Amino acid sequence: MPPKRADISAAAMKEKPDMATVKRLLRYVFAGGYGPRLGFVVICIIMTVVASVVSSLFIRVLIDDYIVPLTRAADPDFSGLIRMLCVVGAVYLGGVLAGLIYNRMMVTISQGILQQIRDDLFAHMQTLPIRYFDSNSHGDMMSYFTNDTDTLRQFISQSLPQLFMSCLTIIMVFCAMIYMSPLLTAVVVVILALMLLVTAKVGGLSGRYFFRQQRSLADLNGYIEEMVHGQRVVKVFCHEEEATAEFAEKNETLYKNATTANILGNILMPIIGNIGNLQYVLLAVVGGALALKGAGGLTLGIIASFLQLSKSITNPVAQISHQASFIVMALAGAKRVFRLMDEESEEDHGYVTLVRGREENGTFTEEKDGAWYWKHPHHDGTLTYAPLAGDVRMFDVDFGYTPEKTVLHDVTLYAYPGQKVAFVGATGAGKTTITNLINRFYDIEDGKIRYDGININKIRKPDLRRSLGIVLQETNLFSGTVADNIRYGRLDATDEEVVAAAKLANADGFISRLPEGYNTVISGNGEELSQGQRQLIAIARAAVADPPVMILDEATSSIDTHTESIVQRGMDQLMKGRTVFVIAHRLSTVMNSDVIMVLENGRIIERGSHEDLIRAKKTYYRLYTGASELE
Amino acid sequence: MIRVLASCIGKYKLDSLLAPFFVVLEVVMEVLIPFLMADLIDNGITVGDMAYIEKLGLILILCALLSLGFGALSGFFSARASAGFSKNLRKRIYDQIQAFSFANIDKFSTPGLITRMTTDVNNVQQAFTMIIRVAVRSPIMLVLALVCSVRLNGALSLVFLAALPILGVGLYFIMTGAHPYFTKLFKAYDHLNTVVQENLRAIRVVKSFVREDHETEKFHGTSGEIYDFATHAEKLLVLNNPLMMFVVYGSMLAISWFGARFIVAGTMTTGELVSMITYTMQILMSLMMLSMIFVMIVMARASAIRISEVLTEVPELANPASPLETVADGSVRFENVSFAYAGKGHPYCLKNIDLTIPSGSTVGILGSTGSSKSTLVQLIPRLYDATEGRVLVGGRDVRDYDMEVLRDSVAMVLQNNELFSGTIKENLRWGDKDAADAELVEACVLAEADGFIRSFPEGYDTHIEQGGANVSGGQKQRLCIARALLKKPKILILDDSTHAVDTATDAKIRASLRRCLPETTKIVIAQRVASVEQSDFIIVLEDGEIVAAGDHDTLMKTSEAYRETALSQKKGDDFDAAETR
Repeated sequence: MPPKRADISAAAMKEKPDMATVKRLLRYVFAGGYGPRLGFVVICIIMTVVASVVSSLFIRVLIDDYIVPLTRAADPDFSGLIRMLCVVGAVYLGGVLAGLIYNRMMVTISQGILQQIRDDLFAHMQTLPIRYFDSNSHGDMMSYFTNDTDTLRQFISQSLPQLFMSCLTIIMVFCAMIYMSPLLTAVVVVILALMLLVTAKVGGLSGRYFFRQQRSLADLNGYIEEMVHGQRVVKVFCHEEEATAEFAEKNETLYKNATTANILGNILMPIIGNIGNLQYVLLAVVGGALALKGAGGLTLGIIASFLQLSKSITNPVAQISHQASFIVMALAGAKRVFRLMDEESEEDHGYVTLVRGREENGTFTEEKDGAWYWKHPHHDGTLTYAPLAGDVRMFDVDFGYTPEKTVLHDVTLYAYPGQKVAFVGATGAGKTTITNLINRFYDIEDGKIRYDGININKIRKPDLRRSLGIVLQETNLFSGTVADNIRYGRLDATDEEVVAAAKLANADGFISRLPEGYNTVISGNGEELSQGQRQLIAIARAAVADPPVMILDEATSSIDTHTESIVQRGMDQLMKGRTVFVIAHRLSTVMNSDVIMVLENGRIIERGSHEDLIRAKKTYYRLYTGASELE
Repeated sequence: MIRVLASCIGKYKLDSLLAPFFVVLEVVMEVLIPFLMADLIDNGITVGDMAYIEKLGLILILCALLSLGFGALSGFFSARASAGFSKNLRKRIYDQIQAFSFANIDKFSTPGLITRMTTDVNNVQQAFTMIIRVAVRSPIMLVLALVCSVRLNGALSLVFLAALPILGVGLYFIMTGAHPYFTKLFKAYDHLNTVVQENLRAIRVVKSFVREDHETEKFHGTSGEIYDFATHAEKLLVLNNPLMMFVVYGSMLAISWFGARFIVAGTMTTGELVSMITYTMQILMSLMMLSMIFVMIVMARASAIRISEVLTEVPELANPASPLETVADGSVRFENVSFAYAGKGHPYCLKNIDLTIPSGSTVGILGSTGSSKSTLVQLIPRLYDATEGRVLVGGRDVRDYDMEVLRDSVAMVLQNNELFSGTIKENLRWGDKDAADAELVEACVLAEADGFIRSFPEGYDTHIEQGGANVSGGQKQRLCIARALLKKPKILILDDSTHAVDTATDAKIRASLRRCLPETTKIVIAQRVASVEQSDFIIVLEDGEIVAAGDHDTLMKTSEAYRETALSQKKGDDFDAAETR
């Protein structure tokens, strides 16, 4: 069962292949430590080509040196022929073995390169800023790892060796021909020129239509995908006729392009094959005529050999034209892959790191189980250590997702260690945006954010994020066991710590009731679990990480009040003793906060405790009493 | 299955027959050429008869030209046939999907249908091309070349008796040996996709917990899996080539040896030897091609089965013989309705629903996830048929209406709604394709969408990307509501269609609907009591049964479940709800 030919992704169809991509791809092939093995492959390929050329040349030897003299001999002695056959057999065997070896080596080499490319791609993708993930579709990014890399497989394991082999065969066959008979070689050259001309013409034309076909196929498939996804809407709006009409149009375009592309592609083979046949016949006729006249020292054996050689020169020409479309496709895929690799990683100029240790009498010793400290190297070479406390302050922060549009204006806020800060405001007021700035998913335009007195730009991003826990409204879990998912918060957490975190998050109850308890395997989207249960796992995941600062995005309420109250209690447990930023939807959460920030259009318009704000009788008061709506 | 697929050939039948016909002619010519060549060498070159050489040479050139012509013709017809076949196939599946009811779509699932129309059609088309060309070519080539070689020299052709089984058995073991690895390989690809997809979806979690390295390691595990299975499978598969060379070279040696002996003994000519070598290539190549086609057809079979499942599926809902063309008013009645997705005898998700909704009233439906709220309302525009009992709209059974008429009168905003690529205007006109610009604006004002649309630089001409990717969830929902309003329906159903809209805006939309569409029956599914408390009456669903019905005040008195929910949401557990009171 051969692997499916990779379908080129729709996005790759828009790429134009260029030499830079070729160079870079080749660099991947040769720089991956495959150099010596590739050298060996080259030797093996030469051996297989030699064997195939020898097999054609052998016919001449067989006829001229053995059969013809033997038929004339009164007492034919076949021992010479046996020896010759043994020698040729050995060459054949060498060719077969070389073929076996290089084919198998190319498999490991090409798959190795593919794995390398995939791994590099993924590792690089992990370093990209959140902004990149916001602005690129997931489907598109997934095809980097499947379709785009797969087009490369064909290129590396087939096209490259085939191309080399074909060129080599053409050269060697040509040399053999000239050696045997320059006259007959002239006939071959003329025919070969004709063949190349036709191949270039028809092949080029077919290539162009092949691309058009792929493009209209991608277009049609895109349309099908969109329409079938929206099929229920199509039904509800009785939009079937319109949807069918547009489909028919695209389907017809594809039909036309596919027909033209395939007619050209289909007739290329018979053309090459039969020009080969013509050459075969011409060689016999011309060779025959020449042999009769005794010109050029032509023997029957040479003619027979030539006939066979002419066959082995037609095949490589066909091969080259056959591989051309794969090469173009592979380059398009490679270009996309390299573009992703060229995307700029998240910038991190931080140098303040998070360490564990103990401070005694002004000297600091790093210890595995000690408390967390910020390790702050200074310009003069000295080191200072400051305990991780969870004090977060923002000063006059401005921010916009795009330079043209500022969405946060002059945000200033303080959160002392252990304080709860609640953000309240309408959708789009900027609540989530503020929290995204604290962990540096996005970088601020103007102003300052300080964490325990340190400018967060100076803190290494991984360390900054390790000190911040986060529970998002949309719960994302990973395929694996429940325990694995909780342990995601701290990879070296023991089983006891996992259970303890689950208990804290109020999740232990339902987990123990699962068929396999903590070892129950869940899929990434957690279909087996209810929304509430997934939230509980996410809370446990944050709890096991045990960070001093938490960012919580409360889920909007649902009718299922029972689970909701369980989740709520889990959240409350998690908040205890930490600095917390909460995007609040519940009055109870808001009322229990130390500070409430009321946001409107990216500005903090009111701040203070619940009692303060009630007394102030402004926006918050109106919201609380229901006299006003958030807008 | 084959009959179903074959019927898609349609008007390309002639092309589909001519293609293999010319293939056969081409093969005949190709096999004839070496046969004549033997004659040319023996009776022309060896004896030195120039006239004979010229005569046969001309015949041979003619053969080559004919072969070229036939080959080109078969290529032409097969291109038309296969492109035409796949065009018809796609159209048939697409038409079929258009005729599908929701129940049919559920059965195949959306990704299932998409795979069938793209990958599966592609596989079947490739197999079809192979069948009308190579599947005809290879066996005929094999047989004809064998026949010719036997006629040339019966004794020498016995070599093939040994060569063919070796190649055949070798190919068989390679294919069957590689198969399980390919199955594992496809699974590994699925796994890789899952890892990437989960990573993309949870990228914020990954970055927050600084798990980039952990994820990269996890990915390395699956990419390693692919490496393992792919190398195993391909290492077996690439044995094809050396095996072929081995058999070809072996046959050549045998033919050289025996040929030499026969020629010396005078039972064979040199020309025959040369042609035998050509036939060796033709015969062995044909067998090789045959094995590849076989694999391809086996692979396509799975696709063909999946496609024919769609084509033979009977669309569940059909128009009655003499359908009603008008809907009298927006009244709705459920008479003892029960419903099971899988049909009678399967677990019911709606049980004994009796419900009367007067025209023009506002009804709220509350219930927890899985209480079948959506199922209930989907029976009204007849997206499904009731399993038992009947649903009446405008006083008549929904099954008596022309479906298009019914669905035009019942506008439904689905829970997971879709926008389509195109401008906002184009999307809105799905509701009414003749709507004037002013009407579009009017609907958008009602749906609280006008404001944000105008904030876009291109306003109503803003291009919406596939799936509405460039608007926020709340904006998408408001556009969907506006689109439904443009139908000017008698019944408007909002299936939890404002959950991404903030509560204040949600309240505004409900208020303007009440104010501006007094004639229209409005059915609202919601999670929050606040969203439905002003309805004329409210239905509380639990496990597919109506557990309470009445207006807010009544329910507060009579239904404990409702009271508890309302109180817990209000008593300060839901700040958002409080905001909108």
